[in-house]
Formats: sequence, C-alpha cells, structure tokens
Amino acid sequence: MYRKDGNSYFVVDAHVALWDGRPENQRNIHGKQFIDCFYDYHRNLSPESEVWSYQEYLYQGGQRLIKDLFDDGYVDHAIFQPAQLGEFYYKGFGQTEEAFALTQRHPDKLTYNHNFDPRNGEAGLDRLRDDARRFGLKGVKLYTAEWHGDSRGYKLDEAWSRRYLEECIKLGIKNIHVHKGPTIRPLDRDAFDVADVDKVATDYLELNFVVEHVGLPRLEDFCWIATQESNVYGGLAVAIPFIHTRPRYFAQIIGELLYWIGEDKILFSSDYALWTPKWLIEKFVDFQIPDDMLGEYAPITVDQKRKILGLNAATLYDIDVPAELQLAQPAGQGGAEVAAGAKESVSI
Amino acid sequence: MTSAALSAEAEILDALATVTDPELDEPITDLGFVRSVFIDDGGVTVHLRLPTAFCSPNFAYLMASDALDALRALGGNGEIRVLLDDHHDSEKINAGLAADAGYLGTFGDEAEEGLTELRDVFWRKAHAAAMERAIGSLLRQAPMDVERIGRLTLRDLPEGQPKAALLRRRVAIGLGNCPNSRVLVDDEGKAIPLEAVPLRLRFAKSVRISMEGNAHFCRGLLATRYADDEAGGAVPVITNIRTDLDNGDVHGRAILVP
Repeated sequence: MYRKDGNSYFVVDAHVALWDGRPENQRNIHGKQFIDCFYDYHRNLSPESEVWSYQEYLYQGGQRLIKDLFDDGYVDHAIFQPAQLGEFYYKGFGQTEEAFALTQRHPDKLTYNHNFDPRNGEAGLDRLRDDARRFGLKGVKLYTAEWHGDSRGYKLDEAWSRRYLEECIKLGIKNIHVHKGPTIRPLDRDAFDVADVDKVATDYLELNFVVEHVGLPRLEDFCWIATQESNVYGGLAVAIPFIHTRPRYFAQIIGELLYWIGEDKILFSSDYALWTPKWLIEKFVDFQIPDDMLGEYAPITVDQKRKILGLNAATLYDIDVPAELQLAQPAGQGGAEVAAGAKESVSI
Repeated sequence: MTSAALSAEAEILDALATVTDPELDEPITDLGFVRSVFIDDGGVTVHLRLPTAFCSPNFAYLMASDALDALRALGGNGEIRVLLDDHHDSEKINAGLAADAGYLGTFGDEAEEGLTELRDVFWRKAHAAAMERAIGSLLRQAPMDVERIGRLTLRDLPEGQPKAALLRRRVAIGLGNCPNSRVLVDDEGKAIPLEAVPLRLRFAKSVRISMEGNAHFCRGLLATRYADDEAGGAVPVITNIRTDLDNGDVHGRAILVP
C-alpha cells in the first residue's frame, strides 16, 4: 500500500519476473543480446539513482525480489509473468521453480502465471493441464515472438493457439497476458500487429486479454481494438517508466489510454526487474497532465490512479482488497464504456 | 580536400537520407542508424546499426536493402556494400544483401510473398500522421468547426513543411495532389462523411503520437546502446580514401559530418 497526501492506494504489480540472464545460463549470443537489450531499456529510462550495475541486473534471486517489491516498493500483490525463451537460455529466462516456490511461501503476496507455446501441439496441451493443476493458474503469459526451432513467432488466431485458449477456458485460466515481440511467421507482416488479439477477444468472451506494454510500439492499434472489445486490457509495463525521462510523452500515452480504453482497463506493471516499482509508484501518484496539455486531455483523478495502480488487477485476479482501500463503485469492470468522447470531440 | 571528394561524400549521405525507417517515418541518417561510410577506389561500404539487437528483422532488412538500392542508383561508385551491425539477424541479412538474394532469398521459409504490404501499412500510418499535423497547424491558428475541417482542400493549406510532408505521403500511398483534393481522407483517399470527421482526426492524432513517441524512444535507446564505445554519437564516421583521378592525390582522413 502507498499513502500520499491523505490518499491510500492498494498496489498490484501485474507484471514481474524472476529471471536468470547470467552468462552460464546463456545458450548462445541471443541470450546475451536479449538481456543486454533489457539493460539498455533499464539504463535509458531509469532515474540515475535507480540504475543497477550490469552484474546486479543479470540475476536478482528471490530475497532481492521480495525486498524490491514488498519491503521497499509498496506493492501489495505481484503477478509473475515468466518468459520461457528456451532457445536463448538453458534453464529458460523466467525461473519457474524459484518463482513458484516464492509464491508458495507468500501466497497472499504473489501469484504465479505460467506460459505455454501452441507450437508444442498435443503434448503441450497435456503440459498445460498439468501446469494449471500444479500452479493453480489464473493466468498465462504468452510471448508471441518466442523462437521455437525453425519458427520465430506465432499468432493468437492460428488453429493451435485457439485450441490452447479453449483449453484455458476449460481449466479456469481466464487472464491471457499477451506480449508482442519483433518476430512472427511469416516475416511479411508486422509482428506487433494486434489484429489477432482482436479476433480471439471477440471469439472468447470468457477470457480477458491483457495486452502488455499497452501495445507499444503500436499504441494506436491497441487503443483501437480495445474500444471494440469489452475484454481487452492494457498493461503499463515499459510505458510507465517514460514518466521520468519523458513525462510529456507519458502524459500523451496515459491520456490516449484513458480517452480510448478508459480507467477500468489499465493495469500498473513495473515489469520488474526491468525497473523497480518504488519510484514508478511514487512518480505516478504525483503525476498530473501538464497544464498546457489540459485542453487535449482531462486531468487524472485520484480514483483513476487507484484503479490503475491496483484495483483493476485485483478484480481480474480476485485479490482481496481491504475495505478502506476500495472504491464505492467496483473497478476493472469489463463492460465499462470506452471512448465515450471520441464521437464528438475534435481537439488538437 | 577537393570538391570532387566532398561531393562524393555529400552525394552518398544525401542518397542515404532518402531511406526512411518505415515505422518511424524519419530518414535513417537523422535517426543515427548510419554508423559509418567508407569510400575507396573499389566502392562504398556502409555500416548500419539499430537501437536494439531485437529490432524487427523485416524492417531492418527493408532499411538495409533500401540503402543498397539508393546508393546503387547513384551510379559510378563502384561496388556498394551495406552491412547491418549488432543485430540478431545480422549474419542472415548481410549474407542476403551480399548475394542479392532479395527478401525471399534472405529469409527462406520465414518469408512468404514480400514486404510490399508491410511497407504500405506504414505509409498509410505516415500519411494519417502527416494529415493530422497539417490540419493541427491550421487549427492552432484559428478554430474551425467539423464541417470546415471535413471540407478543407490542399489549396487551403499554407505552403510550408507540414504541407510538403503531407504531399509526399499522399504520393506514397498513391493519391494525387490536385489542389482541390480533400485534406482529411481515408487510407484510399476518399472524403470522410461529416459525422465521421472527428473520429478520423482523433485517431490520426493517436497515430502521430505513437510514431513520434517511438522515434523518441528509438533515439534514446540507440544513444544508450552506443554511449560507451562511440563518442561520435548519432553522426556517421565517414572515411574517404578514394584516389582523386585529377591529380593523383590520395585522401586518408576520417571526418565527422553533422
């Protein structure tokens, strides 16, 4: 929980990882390229005081994670969203056993989401059933640019992806976190295109689709599909750190999101260990649309921040929120009206 | 330094400046993606670099092959080599470019038909953004109602950068530039019904914000990625050791061109 100026905020960090990017886990050059790319994101967007050394960045371990999220970071509950990246790392990138063990030690604080790869066919479906049982899955994290043998990506509306999504419905896995990446098959098309999310969101209304990074670098396409679908949400991972280096750009991002998809569909995520939640939460609570942009975007209210920082994700994951931290109206409602102003507004 | 040598360098940089990053709609020279240009009697070698090792390989290939085409089109520069550095697909893309394998030959089974459609998608985005910029600059001078905005023609736009940029994007998506053409149109160039004008303009604004934001982020990431080992920043290192045919002079120097 975070308190500021007499207001209290229940915080759910909807996207965290316990990764191992150390050289001994790197299967090939791509393992190094991948963690180096993350480290450049970290160095580029973090305040100077929050920049870690490269060594620290490669691996944190459970103790450090607990400290960064819960002791220092104001987080009430965090959700693991592990990336497999088996082609880049011997033991995978997200550390399944270590993370799951942590959630068992701190069930009130941590939820473990796992991943699947539809290219694993029938065997993967069996695996998904076992994983759902073992981990008690409420959600999965899908990285569509995952490399897999000769294939370097897939789409959610392919036949096998649909089989897996239908299995998720049967297994009670209702939150599908989608992380788009730079590769897809065929390479003819834009790998970041979210049209496939649009299709499956229409077909599987039982599921919630959380598009990570709010669709960046295709913010506009994400906003557009999210206005068409009642079950599409946006995770702020990678978008929220702009609040420090480029606050005016962040104002545009959050302004666009509130305009198109609304306050009930946006989820806070630090993307730990890309960044740590403490400074992101402090800056977000202090954040306001700059005065000269108020003609374009409405000011952000305290209640909107409460929903984004935790109440929306708490609804998606059935996380108990102390009564005094709840709002009069429930948050994270799928049916909330979106883009209400889009029809009549002409503002530049 | 002779004027002939100077003009060779300028000519090459000008050619590279015609190559844009399709996602960002900005020249690769402005984005810092041209790492070095080496000119000798045999030809020209250009090294490109990108903000991350994981930038989309299809766009990376497009920029590299466009650079190759732009330099070849100059003629008279000998053998042209374009190499992409530090990318997860550097080996594949560089081999494909060296062998003139084209997109299909470079990516094999991962490629299906071509990248024309991909390029078109991003030209349409660039057009929407340019359209919103042009109308936005008018709106900042004087408010207009929806009907007026919907009926704006190219003739109504003041001469200047926003209009010139819009006209270029219109050509790219196959639209004519008749002064009586509507400014606010759909991707096919059709006028927007009055009731749909606000939404079209509002969405075009989102496209603009998205592309501008991505360009900022890419510049920042590139600077961070190369901060430690390349003091030159975003400007390419240009080396010209081409023999001057007029006086037999040999140039051996490295200069930075802003």
